[in-house]
Amino acid sequence: MLSARNRELLGLVPVALATAAGFAGVLIAREAQVNDLTVTYGAMFLVLCLVGHLFIRWRLPDADPYIYPLTAALAGIGIVTLYRIDPELAREQAQWFVIALIGFMATVVLVRDISILERYRYTIAIAAFILLILPRLTGGVVNGAYLQINVGPLSFQPTEIAKLAIVIFVAAYLAETREILVTQERRFLGISFPPLGFFGPMIAIWAMAMIMLVFIRDLGSAVMFFGAFLALLYVATGRVSYVVLGLAMFVFGFEFFSQTVGHIQARADIWQNPLDPALFRAQGGSYQIAQGLFTMADGGVLGSGFGQSLISVGGVPILPAVRTDSIYALFTGETGLIGAVGMLLLYLVLIERGLKTAMIARDAFGKLLATGLTFVFALQVFVIVGGVTTVIPLTGVTLPFVSYGGSSIVANFILVALLMVISNDARRDDATTGGLL
Amino acid sequence: MNKPIRRVFFVVVFLFALMVFYTARWTVFEARSLNQNALNKIPAQKNAKKPRGAILARSGRVVARSVKQPDGEYVRRYPQGELFAHPVGYSFAFYGQSSLEKYYDERLSGQTQSVSSILDQVLGRGGDEQNMLTNLDRGAQQLAQAQMAGRKGAVVVMEPGTGRIPVYVSVPGFPPGAMGTEAGVRRLNSDEKNSPLVDRVSSATYPPGSTFKVVTATAALDSGVMTTKSTVDGNSPQTFASKPLQNDFNQQFGPITLETALVKSVNTAFGNIAVDLGPAKMLEYMKRYGFYSPPPVDLPLVQLRSSGLRQGADLLPADANFDLARTGIGQERLGVTPIQMATVAATVANDGVRMEPRLARAFRDEYGRTTFSVSPKRAERVMKPGTAADLNKMMRKVVEEGTGRSANIGDLRMAGKTGTAEVRGGNQAWFIGFAPYDNPKYAVAVTIEKTQEFGGVVAAPIAADVVQYLLRNR
Repeated sequence: MLSARNRELLGLVPVALATAAGFAGVLIAREAQVNDLTVTYGAMFLVLCLVGHLFIRWRLPDADPYIYPLTAALAGIGIVTLYRIDPELAREQAQWFVIALIGFMATVVLVRDISILERYRYTIAIAAFILLILPRLTGGVVNGAYLQINVGPLSFQPTEIAKLAIVIFVAAYLAETREILVTQERRFLGISFPPLGFFGPMIAIWAMAMIMLVFIRDLGSAVMFFGAFLALLYVATGRVSYVVLGLAMFVFGFEFFSQTVGHIQARADIWQNPLDPALFRAQGGSYQIAQGLFTMADGGVLGSGFGQSLISVGGVPILPAVRTDSIYALFTGETGLIGAVGMLLLYLVLIERGLKTAMIARDAFGKLLATGLTFVFALQVFVIVGGVTTVIPLTGVTLPFVSYGGSSIVANFILVALLMVISNDARRDDATTGGLL
Repeated sequence: MNKPIRRVFFVVVFLFALMVFYTARWTVFEARSLNQNALNKIPAQKNAKKPRGAILARSGRVVARSVKQPDGEYVRRYPQGELFAHPVGYSFAFYGQSSLEKYYDERLSGQTQSVSSILDQVLGRGGDEQNMLTNLDRGAQQLAQAQMAGRKGAVVVMEPGTGRIPVYVSVPGFPPGAMGTEAGVRRLNSDEKNSPLVDRVSSATYPPGSTFKVVTATAALDSGVMTTKSTVDGNSPQTFASKPLQNDFNQQFGPITLETALVKSVNTAFGNIAVDLGPAKMLEYMKRYGFYSPPPVDLPLVQLRSSGLRQGADLLPADANFDLARTGIGQERLGVTPIQMATVAATVANDGVRMEPRLARAFRDEYGRTTFSVSPKRAERVMKPGTAADLNKMMRKVVEEGTGRSANIGDLRMAGKTGTAEVRGGNQAWFIGFAPYDNPKYAVAVTIEKTQEFGGVVAAPIAADVVQYLLRNR
């Protein structure tokens, strides 16, 4: 049987083939000649993937062999799709990909043992909070949400990094207090309540989600953070009642603020009636979401083909925010239902590997951290794909590894690095005790 | 803790199932309705990337063609200007499509393929664009437009046996090229006085006046209630639905035959006939003629209007309580399209069989091979051949010695029926007919809005001239 690392290397072969085919597809659609530069992009991407793989061989020899090829496959889809939108974007994303790989390696080197994170949990929590309110103090509004910090020419979305920090903090906090949460619970009206002394942090997290909702106006991130928190609370305590309680608090807060904050109400209207002509034509109305639906409909089952969807006509955007929010609609339009389901399956298998890692992790913190990281990642996919397809109201979060955006790809590579560190740890144990996976 | 983690995974699987289901909803289940949504300009915009087949008049003269721009996109040009604007329509990326351009979009833009391969679909390639040959006659269109001389209204000609349409003129027209610019669209949309974008042939309804007596006479004869020699009370005035009804110039006819009643267009006589027949028979024959349904012409459904008893934009239910006598003479709340009235004349001329009107004739590929022929389609038998023969004779007499004498020019041998409905601001003048009488080749309907004249004076000569032109030149 192949070693884990050789399986990983083998996993990169289809990634290489798919990426090459993708670039070729875009080129055929453009009816342009294969120019040296595009070959260079493709080759560069694959060489970088290989570098990452060699680094893993060196530092994480026992880590799960599927996580990295799946990540590379999604990043490859991202680069090809961005290249199809605008070659310049693909070039920039390739640069971010390099930085993200460096971030990946740095994380693996710095966090040799995840207990370091457990130790600095309060520092990390404070950092997360500062990151979250920073854009409101300094940043600009993007589509009605305060998401960015602009430093010179660079823009940076702190929520992407804060996402990791909050998960680390919650995991560490629950790893420590989970016993108390269960043993000292009180029952009131048939519902289990956590002991009062530990209610505080829960309320703090809830308040953080509400701050995001109201001040940063970022419903998507609020859902992500709070969802991950509830998942961790459930895994730590095994108490569904806590989840119900948390959900009730979130819904109550959402209802309250949606009455008072017009921004949220407007989003809900657009979500319910994206094809209403009045909303379609209104400023900040349903144009983006409706155009996304039209693009997907244009693709059908098999897709309209690479490069065949309309992005803009005569400089007027047909699919707004195509490089970030709407990239799923574009991908679906061009590769059809088949391509979209394929991409979702890549995400789902990656998530399955993440939760598998959580299940074999050695200690409570490892399990909780792996679960939290994976679930927040899954929720991010759901928030954006669900938003574009109108399962839920559309909020501007990035599609991990695929959307254009430096902070997103860097943060998600760090997330993958942490998962692989946990995985390496867990599987090394199994390897020494003779367990097989 | 592993059990809850497994459950978390089930939650994730559920969320992904939702995403797949919704993606399938838009790409499969609701794809068709989204593609046809009026807000969705993507199909038209995609078309701009590819050449589009030309549209040709019957003679082969180009009515619409695609021209490549420096930026690589194709833009539609309409070298005939206003002449074919209403039947042919327009196709532009930002303002969408209309008329034949829209109805046959898939063939014109090459989305229909004779041989389709998986590879073509994966690469998003359709077939090649096809050119459309129409039944429209450029000379007759020009003549009809000139004869209207700036008056608002419509001229439509059909071949009774095939339903082919050689003339489809709605005045005023509009330059189709103007629909390619925002300023042009705004200007045409805001011209409420002339409303040039309204297709007066198929999407505007007018009171038919006495031309509707042909429908009433059909019901009377075909149902066996009357013969052409049956007598009716033609005195004037008479009271129907508690209101007096007069003949033109309050003429007294006394007891007259059905035939004379049609030839002289006697209102009170037809009021009596309609009341004798009752609402059920009247509605039955209206529906057989195609009333209460959109005209089955090859134009987009949204542009078509059904004829019938109308209240503003709405079709009244057929069982609504209405003034039957005035319906029988084409007044009351009747609203009809000119194409419906041309269909009435064509049906009489075609031994009682109604054909579906057709603007397109055939499609050809770039090598001139015919890829698709638009074949005549029979809608239904409206009346017995004997009834049609009786109506033929009566309508010929209208032109020979009745109200339609001004259509009696040269050796044309036209048969027809005039109509003049009172509307606010004047008359709605009508003529429907066909020629030659003993072997009908063309059926025609002409209507003019808000004129001070009678249908026999203004509409009949236009019909005669246009049909004569067609008979001489084709």
